Amino acid sequence: MSLRILVGCKRVIDYAVKIRVKPDKSGVITEGVKHSMNPFDEIAIEEAVRMKEKKIAKEIVAFSCGPTQCQETLRTALAMGADRGIHVEVSGPEYETLQPLHISKMLAKLAKDEQIDLIIVGKQAIDDDCNQTAQMTAALLDWPQATSASKIEAKDGSLQVVREIDGGLETIKVKLPSVVSADLRLNEPRYATLPNIMKAKKKPIKKLAPKDLGVDVSPRIQVVTVEEPPVRQAGAKVENVDAVIEKLKALGHA
Amino acid sequence: MLRSGRNLQLLSKNVVRENLRLLSSTPQPSPKDATKKVAKERTLDKKPVKSSSFVMNLFIGSSNTAQVFPFPDGLNTEHKETLGVLVDPVQKFFEEVNDAALNDSQSAVPEATTQGLRELGAFGLQAPVEYNGVGLNNTQYARLVETVGGFDLGVGIFLGAHQSIGFKGITLFGTEEQKKKYLPKVATGEQFAAFCLTEPSSGSDANSIRTRAVLSPDGKHYILNGSKIWISNGGFAEVMTVFAQTPITDPATGETKDKVTAFIVERKFGGVTSGPPEKKMGIKCSNTAEVYYDNVPVPIENVLGGVGQGFKVAMNILNNGRFGMAAALSGTMKASTKTAIQHATARVQFGRRIDSYGTIQEKLARMAMLHYVTESMAYMISSNMDKGSTDFQLEAAISKVFASEAAWNVTDEAIQILGGNGFMSANGLEKVLRDLRIFRIFEGTNDILRLFVALTGLQYAGGHLKQLQKAVKSGNVGVILGEAAKRAKRTVGLRQSNSLSEVHPKLALQAQLTSKAVEGFGITVESLLIKHGKNILDEQFLLNRVAAAAIDIYANVVVLSRATRALNMNISSANHEEMLARVWCNEALDRIQLNLTAVKSQSQLSNFSTMSQIAKEMCEHGGLIQQNPLGI
Ligand SMILES: Cc1cc2nc3c(=O)[nH]c(=O)nc-3n(C[C@H](O)[C@H](O)[C@H](O)COP(=O)(O)OP(=O)(O)OC[C@H]3O[C@@H](n4cnc5c(N)ncnc54)[C@H](O)[C@@H]3O)c2cc1C
Ligand SMILES: Cc1cc2nc3c(=O)[nH]c(=O)nc-3n(C[C@H](O)[C@H](O)[C@H](O)COP(=O)(O)OP(=O)(O)OC[C@H]3O[C@@H](n4cnc5c(N)ncnc54)[C@H](O)[C@@H]3O)c2cc1C
Repeated sequence: MSLRILVGCKRVIDYAVKIRVKPDKSGVITEGVKHSMNPFDEIAIEEAVRMKEKKIAKEIVAFSCGPTQCQETLRTALAMGADRGIHVEVSGPEYETLQPLHISKMLAKLAKDEQIDLIIVGKQAIDDDCNQTAQMTAALLDWPQATSASKIEAKDGSLQVVREIDGGLETIKVKLPSVVSADLRLNEPRYATLPNIMKAKKKPIKKLAPKDLGVDVSPRIQVVTVEEPPVRQAGAKVENVDAVIEKLKALGHA
Repeated sequence: MLRSGRNLQLLSKNVVRENLRLLSSTPQPSPKDATKKVAKERTLDKKPVKSSSFVMNLFIGSSNTAQVFPFPDGLNTEHKETLGVLVDPVQKFFEEVNDAALNDSQSAVPEATTQGLRELGAFGLQAPVEYNGVGLNNTQYARLVETVGGFDLGVGIFLGAHQSIGFKGITLFGTEEQKKKYLPKVATGEQFAAFCLTEPSSGSDANSIRTRAVLSPDGKHYILNGSKIWISNGGFAEVMTVFAQTPITDPATGETKDKVTAFIVERKFGGVTSGPPEKKMGIKCSNTAEVYYDNVPVPIENVLGGVGQGFKVAMNILNNGRFGMAAALSGTMKASTKTAIQHATARVQFGRRIDSYGTIQEKLARMAMLHYVTESMAYMISSNMDKGSTDFQLEAAISKVFASEAAWNVTDEAIQILGGNGFMSANGLEKVLRDLRIFRIFEGTNDILRLFVALTGLQYAGGHLKQLQKAVKSGNVGVILGEAAKRAKRTVGLRQSNSLSEVHPKLALQAQLTSKAVEGFGITVESLLIKHGKNILDEQFLLNRVAAAAIDIYANVVVLSRATRALNMNISSANHEEMLARVWCNEALDRIQLNLTAVKSQSQLSNFSTMSQIAKEMCEHGGLIQQNPLGI
């Protein structure tokens, strides 16, 4: 097999950052905040790179949609082993109302334009937690889907995918071309090493606008308000078990 | 009007040069510039060397802001984008793979970690890409070592001894053949490198090394003999930059004299052995060992930077690496401060969180200011270097002195804020403090670097003063009138308007006072030169005050520039930075005043000579003179 793989790489606020809401409650603060590749997308890239190392894939195209800084995310993907990047640039304000459907449309169009055999995306992005892109992309393309994959094996023209489902594992087989979404235990992504990052500077990144892919990103939704989660009430220390019971009773728990 | 200059005993070029040579780790011009420099020195009587260094010009009372305003930026858009991608993997490696406490307790870096560092590319950060390196510029390098310094200074020295000094000489002075032969393997960490200068009888006084290399009868090799001590990576380095005396005959006089030459020595040349790892206070995982050379045949092609140029090679290597130490230590300070804040905002004593007490607040604020100065110096210097400046030796020396002392203070105070917890190994800070101690000693002790700053600056000022004398003698009206006008303004109080006019209006007062301090500094220097002439060389009590004031003034200018940048760009931390800069400058201005007064105050001068006497008596006695009050 020599697949051409398209991988979605979303730029998100780093998982270690404490998220803060803007004073006007219009969204979260992104300025000066550390961003990195969505961890599930790192897993997706890693899987694609492993398939290339096993000679199952011949080319990996990394895709990212968002502001200029998405180039950095793509550079990381290229340093990990992707061959080229496609950046669909969407300005800050437009990006805030962008929905998974928009991304799915872009992925679907690119899949056709670039003669893609397999799309791998993270099962969800850690910022909006939508878990929709893989499914909608598959629907738009009318391709089979294998979501939340924790193991992928390529077998003559199809993929055998192990999925983590509630309380167990499900093994399914999907024909190619198809869409797969990566779950946490699919693999452990490698580091982008510094020499590879420098080498990746020579790899091409194509820049597109949404309209080049025929996607209209004008907002369909309006953010009314973004709120901090309620602050946890301070606890209180009690002397002994009796006091605990007393307290619980007072609170109506027993 | 002009102070009489007839019998001024100014610093003779030779006296200073000889004396600076006694001070190890005093950067010298690169061998490439050597001939140019000699030519310059010959003409020095007519025209002093022009310098664009702020600190150098400080010594003639002038604010040359070319290198300090606006706050320089060593990164273009592409550098920035690349750096944005580079930081993460380094951070992750140190968070997830490297175990600083384990390295410390085992006094070694496990092979798996070393291999991880190799794969990361950490051994060749600045080596050119064509030789398997990562090819970073100084500012990019600074940013990455800032991360390393925040996690593990031991690994920092393992990496730094390898590339910042071990093979840096090859990148700076190597021939194409030498680069081709050595860089590809050291840049990947397949082979390790070391910098071998120090010997049992030669530490600060690097020129006094005894290791010798003499040409073999067939003229194809130098035969190297001697021993080095405390060589980082000395236990396993395959490629070493070794400094040795070589006999050199002066073609003019026929006289043969020993001069230092640098060599690239491979362990496999034969006759190279090393001692066991030294047991030490900190940076335990960094190997420190003795290295012995017993009739080692070194091919003549392995001379680095020219025969007899070794001292300059050594000093240039160190000079080029100092900003990295400041950058790494600013990372350390950031980490220590974070630990302190976490504790202070969680710990309740006497019914309140301790961060609500003034005592703790003062500590935290001071930590932030020391960090701000250090970080600003590191990036200002790296950026100037990236912009092609070669005139940064005093600034680099200051950054090393400042950073190593600031990091020590900050971490010490962080431990204090943690109370008993700070003393416990589990918290990590005690290890950091142990690691930090060496930074004030190696790569030029801070004491020597202070003297270097003072003497180099005084020498520069001496050149200017001498020029003025000549002008007076020869009646060069232009020069005299220019100088006379400058001085008249000074005495009448009509200062040249604030020479730090680029500073943001919110910090105008600090700028004005600092600019006044620059003038005051120049006046002090001049009066010291007039009073002591070349004997100033031996007045270390005075030189140290001069150096302290120079460091404070440079620090002021650096933070004024950095805060101005923040205010002009209106970044979110601008107001915070303004506060840091304001308080820093206000306090520094007081210290500057004290130090400049000290060198002429009768009571202080008498204290200095008394202290000298106290120390003499102690040393004659071999201990403290007085018994305890019990007399038992
Ligand atoms: C862990 C470690 C790693 C090291 N790594 C290396 C390495 O990789 N390569 C290498 O070549 N060296 C290395 N060194 C050696 C280091 O550079 C020296 O220790 C340093 O240069 C100081 O020399 P010294 O210890 O002989 O002290 P000395 O030079 O003997 O100085 C002793 C004291 O006297 C002061 N002093 C000396 N001269 C004067 C003067 N004229 N006026 C006033 N005060 C003076 C000094 O400031 C110091 O306080 C390392 C040392 C250590 C501890
Ligand atoms: C090696 C070791 C041996 C010890 N041995 C003993 C022992 O034998 N017996 C025993 O009882 N204890 C012992 N201790 C505990 C020791 O006495 C405490 O660590 C010490 O009293 C400080 O208390 P703390 O560590 O809880 O710090 P904290 O009291 O939490 O203080 C943390 C920081 O806040 C500051 N701070 C606290 N309150 C205020 C305030 N109101 N205003 C301004 N600043 C404030 C402190 O000065 C400190 O800088 C030992 C500790 C160590 C590390």
